[in-house]
Amino acid sequence: MSSNHVDTKKHLKIYLTVYISLMILTGVTVFASYIPTTVGLGITLALIIASIKSSLVAGYFMHLIAEKKIIFWTLVLTAIFFIFLIFIPLMSVLDPIKY
Amino acid sequence: MSTEKHTTHELPFWRKYIFSTDHKIIGIQYGLTSLVFLFFGFCLVMLMRWQLAYPEQPIPFIGDWFGDSNAPGGIMLPEFYNQLGAMHGTIMVFLGIVPLAVGAFANYLVPLQVGAPDMAFPKLNMASYWVFFAGGVVMLASFFLPGGAASSGWTSYAPLAVVATVGQTYWLFGMFLIITSSLLGAINIIVTIIQLRAPGLTFFKLPFLVWAQLVTGFLLLLAFPPLEAAAFMQLMDRLAGTSFFIPSGLVVSGEILSNTGGGSPVLWQHLFWFLAHPEVYVLILPAIGIVTEIIAVNSRKPIWGYRTLVYSVLFLGFMSFAVWAHHMFMTGMGTTISTFFQTTTLIISVPSIVILTTLFITLWGGKIRFNTPMLFALAFLPMFGIGGLTGLPLGLNATDIALHDTYYVIGHFHYVVAPGTIFALFAGIYFWYPKITGRMMNDKLGKIHFFGSLVCMNGIFFPMLIVGLAGVSRRLWDGGQQYAHAQGVYHYNETMSIFAWVLALFQLIFIFNLFWSIWKGKKADDNPWQSTTLEWATPTPPPHGNFATPPVVYNGPYEYSVPGHSTDYLPQNKKV
Amino acid sequence: MSLEIIPYTIEVREDTGVNNAKLGIWLFLTSEVMLFGALFSSYVFLRIGAASWPEGSSILNIPMATLNTAFLITSSITMVMSWLSLVEKNFSAYKKYMLVTILLGLAFLVVKYFEYSAKFEHHLYPSTNTFLGLYFLMTGLHVLHVIGGLIMNIYLLLPGAKMWQSYPERFTNRVETAGLYWHFVDLVWIFLFPILYLL
Repeated sequence: MSSNHVDTKKHLKIYLTVYISLMILTGVTVFASYIPTTVGLGITLALIIASIKSSLVAGYFMHLIAEKKIIFWTLVLTAIFFIFLIFIPLMSVLDPIKY
Repeated sequence: MSTEKHTTHELPFWRKYIFSTDHKIIGIQYGLTSLVFLFFGFCLVMLMRWQLAYPEQPIPFIGDWFGDSNAPGGIMLPEFYNQLGAMHGTIMVFLGIVPLAVGAFANYLVPLQVGAPDMAFPKLNMASYWVFFAGGVVMLASFFLPGGAASSGWTSYAPLAVVATVGQTYWLFGMFLIITSSLLGAINIIVTIIQLRAPGLTFFKLPFLVWAQLVTGFLLLLAFPPLEAAAFMQLMDRLAGTSFFIPSGLVVSGEILSNTGGGSPVLWQHLFWFLAHPEVYVLILPAIGIVTEIIAVNSRKPIWGYRTLVYSVLFLGFMSFAVWAHHMFMTGMGTTISTFFQTTTLIISVPSIVILTTLFITLWGGKIRFNTPMLFALAFLPMFGIGGLTGLPLGLNATDIALHDTYYVIGHFHYVVAPGTIFALFAGIYFWYPKITGRMMNDKLGKIHFFGSLVCMNGIFFPMLIVGLAGVSRRLWDGGQQYAHAQGVYHYNETMSIFAWVLALFQLIFIFNLFWSIWKGKKADDNPWQSTTLEWATPTPPPHGNFATPPVVYNGPYEYSVPGHSTDYLPQNKKV
Repeated sequence: MSLEIIPYTIEVREDTGVNNAKLGIWLFLTSEVMLFGALFSSYVFLRIGAASWPEGSSILNIPMATLNTAFLITSSITMVMSWLSLVEKNFSAYKKYMLVTILLGLAFLVVKYFEYSAKFEHHLYPSTNTFLGLYFLMTGLHVLHVIGGLIMNIYLLLPGAKMWQSYPERFTNRVETAGLYWHFVDLVWIFLFPILYLL
């Protein structure tokens, strides 16, 4: 995004919208944590909100939504390995050897 | 920055050769440093081999050098043996082969082969070398600590490593530096390949070595950080008293450890092997790349199945992230997950076989020149083949139960790395030496070096497979002398040791050749091997900025014996 | 050397659509993803294997962390505004926004300092239990990233800003690159906050 002919007014509006959404979502996630639910539901909810927030940051502040293919695919690759990294150790805990 | 434009020729010595930002100087720095480390790591194992061949006999001549805390009366203590073993692995992998295969070869060759004036970030490049150097110094310094260097194996398994002496802390700091250096280097290599390709050099016109280095770069970039995280956790376990890797109620020397417990030693293994399996491919992919270049040039034929090779190496790189727990079949994981890893492990052997096959078919009907680099490259193929095939029984979890942690494992991965990767690296040194120095290395001495090394390498590592099949465990201070099942194979230790020491003598020939040829070698022109790729289109040695005029690429990387062409090769930058 | 002979330092390469620094910083961020990914993975692994796990909210201070979240999110938008000001060639607005970004980063560190010292006062150390170990490790590593980002931003505000006179476009790219890193630090916190404090 190094082009000089950026429609700055439009950008400004987007940034502000994203900012306000992030603040609201922060409020929601804190508020939700005080509602007594099961642990599983709480974790799911909190992670969903965190994912939405991080997509907003990555998509708009980091311009990922209009970023070039090469960077996009690098991140997809990373995401795949990230999933390997998170879930496979987990499987070894959930599937211990049975005697 | 801009003021340096006209002053590059008047740089003082320390800017030109020590803190240089020129990728070629940095490549040579990496190369020399890692060769020193390789030889040092080899020296460590030669000491160990004395202990294995003649247990509890004083080491001759140099036995008094190690002090009473390590070898009283020249007789090696088990603690010292453990230090040597751990540091041999660490130094060979992280300070020897990776910096040579990636640091040296990628730095020197990638910008030349893609037709770039330098790496994308020259200052970062310098930083990555010096951070690596600092890491090496920290590792070496740890030998002089009370309690000596790290002694928990190159894998530093918890909880043993957590309760080990202070050398382990140095090991962790050294690893931080080495990891940082690798990350910086990997970013630089990937950006250089993607961004700085010469006009006309599309991805499918890249020499295969560049592809191999690109995949290697991604492996380093994405696999190293988990080990960095794990190293942080181990550091906290050691210094801040946390229990990430310490189970509850761990008893050390008869006392329950004060840590709260609740951690998991298996977690360290997951994070370690998440790095260390891709690391295996970091060791082998640049070697395959080097061998491919040399085989194409010296059989005067295009590589058979260039695209197949490229897709194989991409697939290999990707799959290498999904096989790591085959190192952990014995940790009590269930059948579902071990079947998963067994399957991925066997799948990953397919592209390796494809690569070997394409290289063998390339030789078919070629006009093969049996010069020193080609001999090393040719020997790489069966040696890597043996290394790969002996890996299959380890990837199947039923057979792994018997073979796990035996000398068979040692034999297997040394076949991949020692006569495999190191032969390829030797081939690369002999092959690109004339570009770096303007002179050829002596071919006669080279052949003596090659045949001697080939015989000795097999003399060392083949008996290991036999000893391992007999069930002798690795990392035994006395080589298994005290076990009944080792008695039938114990005598192989002496054979292996003698071969190891003789191997060292042949390496002296290489070292002599390396320096002697700088001044006395046969003069070489710019393209002594009649090769097609861009590095041979530069003046010799390549000046600062590399190319006299920025190259434009018209042809594929392996246009040899093109019908109707006057010479038997068609350089990439020659318009037909 | 560098600017004159290395191509695509400032200008964008046509077939990839990016310049060197843009690709470089994204590659760096992918490795950061894997670094924090490994820590998150360890967190899940240790938590599932643990006999008992304290509730974060019972030990940690949620209002303070919420405040910190607000600081970081706000600093993210001021960071992006500072870049936008440079695109608009408004250097004085850049300086203002960058200064606010740095101050917000410092405010984050101050709050973190009070949080840590409150923990130590109550004799809650990394060695107390695995949860606190992870808390100190993950937030500590994040704090190190914040400090790194602050040093970079201060450099870009003070000595580094001279480049605006000589190479305005390159300077704008630098600020954008620094911004990408800073947003990533924000992004990590967005995950750390619920995982450590709320669950």
